[in-house]
Amino acid sequence: MHGRIRTWGPGALVLLPTVLLLGYFVYGLIAWTFNTSLTDKHNARPVPTKHVGFENYVNLFGEDRFLNSLKNLGVLTVAFIVGTLIFGVLWALLLEKGVTGEGVFRSIFLFPMAVSMIASGVVWGWLLNPSQGDDARGLNRLFALLHLNFLENPWWTAGSRWTTMASIALPAVWQLSGYIMALFLAGFRGIPPELREAARVDGASEFKLYRYVLFPQLSPIALSALIILGHMSLKLFDLIYAITGPNQFRTEVPSVYMWNTLLRSDMAKAAGIAIVLLAVVAVLVIPYVAYTVRQESEE
Amino acid sequence: MTVVEASAATGKAAAAISRKPQRSTISDGSTRKSRTVRYVLLLLFLLFVLTPVYVVLITSFKTSSDTTAAAQWSLPQTWTLEPWRKAWDVLQPYMVRSLSLAVPAAIIASMIGSANGFVLARWRFPGANLVFAFILFGMFIPYQAVMLPLRQTYQDLDVTRGIPTLLITHVIYGLPICTLIFRNYYATVVPNEIIESARVDGAGLIQTYARIILPISISGFVVTLIWQFTSVWNDFLFALFLTQQNNGPVTLGLAALAGGQKVDYAASMAGALITSFPTLLVYILLGRWFIGGLMAGALKG
Repeated sequence: MHGRIRTWGPGALVLLPTVLLLGYFVYGLIAWTFNTSLTDKHNARPVPTKHVGFENYVNLFGEDRFLNSLKNLGVLTVAFIVGTLIFGVLWALLLEKGVTGEGVFRSIFLFPMAVSMIASGVVWGWLLNPSQGDDARGLNRLFALLHLNFLENPWWTAGSRWTTMASIALPAVWQLSGYIMALFLAGFRGIPPELREAARVDGASEFKLYRYVLFPQLSPIALSALIILGHMSLKLFDLIYAITGPNQFRTEVPSVYMWNTLLRSDMAKAAGIAIVLLAVVAVLVIPYVAYTVRQESEE
Repeated sequence: MTVVEASAATGKAAAAISRKPQRSTISDGSTRKSRTVRYVLLLLFLLFVLTPVYVVLITSFKTSSDTTAAAQWSLPQTWTLEPWRKAWDVLQPYMVRSLSLAVPAAIIASMIGSANGFVLARWRFPGANLVFAFILFGMFIPYQAVMLPLRQTYQDLDVTRGIPTLLITHVIYGLPICTLIFRNYYATVVPNEIIESARVDGAGLIQTYARIILPISISGFVVTLIWQFTSVWNDFLFALFLTQQNNGPVTLGLAALAGGQKVDYAASMAGALITSFPTLLVYILLGRWFIGGLMAGALKG
């Protein structure tokens, strides 16, 4: 037993600082936030607070503004995930058989990933200028120049929730489609060529080859992509901050609403929003982490 | 492929992408027409991706009288460096702060991550899997959920919020991803037998790590350094919560430059380019490892 501890001990000791740091900064602070969300600390005054149970949550879910931010988030997430998957998978399909200049295409499709959401938001804010007609700017002006005037639209400044949030999703799609392309391209290249050969020998059409042979092989990658994109979308903040400014009801999502709440020093409510956000992410991520770790330990 | 395997890739995934497609001896199933369609589509998508680049570039060289609605998509009438000079004047102190933040944050988190990863992959102890799950979850949390008490913690410790506190923060929240990348890297590149025989020969953890592991860790380090540098450089949320305008990193500087009442578009665009330059440079110079880092890290977002 003593010998065992001598062999295990040093390893555990190496991990100890990380475990302590994350124990405090991740789990401890989450507990702290949760605790704050149960109090009545609604202003900056240093008065003693008392616990009010789940009152803040009840209020949040009865509040139009919060429900609006949740709906916005839902629509944004769908638009972002669908858009990014379509572009990313399409690019991977176009490239996977090998085209001349593949490296150039790949690099250009991927580069937006290197740019900060703030920088990309500054540029896209300019492109998504809502003015139309003679005064059209940004993309609307480009549409006019190309005689595609019917495409001119007010982007995120008017219209339905869908057009609004899809306008916000567009820059995010621009930034992340390349990443999905890279994931799927690696997936396609990892499929043994014998599988394709066999399907072709059996007389499968191109469509059937992809539908029944190649895509099923990639479903784990698709799952990873979904989790990654979903969890990115739930946390999206910078892009909205840069494009519309933080104080826009039309484009407000919980992460932005939390910031606005914080500016009014309503700590308890801000903490409540943060915990709801965490809960949504956790529903998505915990099964995934559990599955991952179990698979790892089976190896 | 799970998150972990996707990230296990580090260099491997990047290599898989760069691998030449295996040409079928029978036929690759494409006709000349379908090939043409493919190229046309690719070029269209290229235009979509590059349109913002064109806009940023031309606008950043325009005089302010040149940025009228009608002339937005045309080349500058007179080329000028004035917007660049203006943006640089504003951003220069922010750039210095961001460098002094991102470089050490990347190095420190990578070093700790490497040691952690080695233990989790090759010097395991009972319960290592639980510890692994404990660390892994930290990668996914929305930072909003820790932000309020984090600010309070620094306030209680009476430290001035600014680059040093931001640095500590980025190191801590970078630990999960760095640990994960190294864990998977060592699990793929270091055969267990080597470690076992080193142990039999009486080598302790430190000796094994220093003599066997560190020398073969370079590509792992390249990936975590790139990943950490890029995400710290591009971070806005922590910066917004934990620093002020006058002592913040470059994302705050750019947001201020482009967010005023009367926006100078030319200078904003030049600013967007200036602040993106370091990460774009990393991407261009170390593209292959950058992809490896993406495979490993974009999970964290």
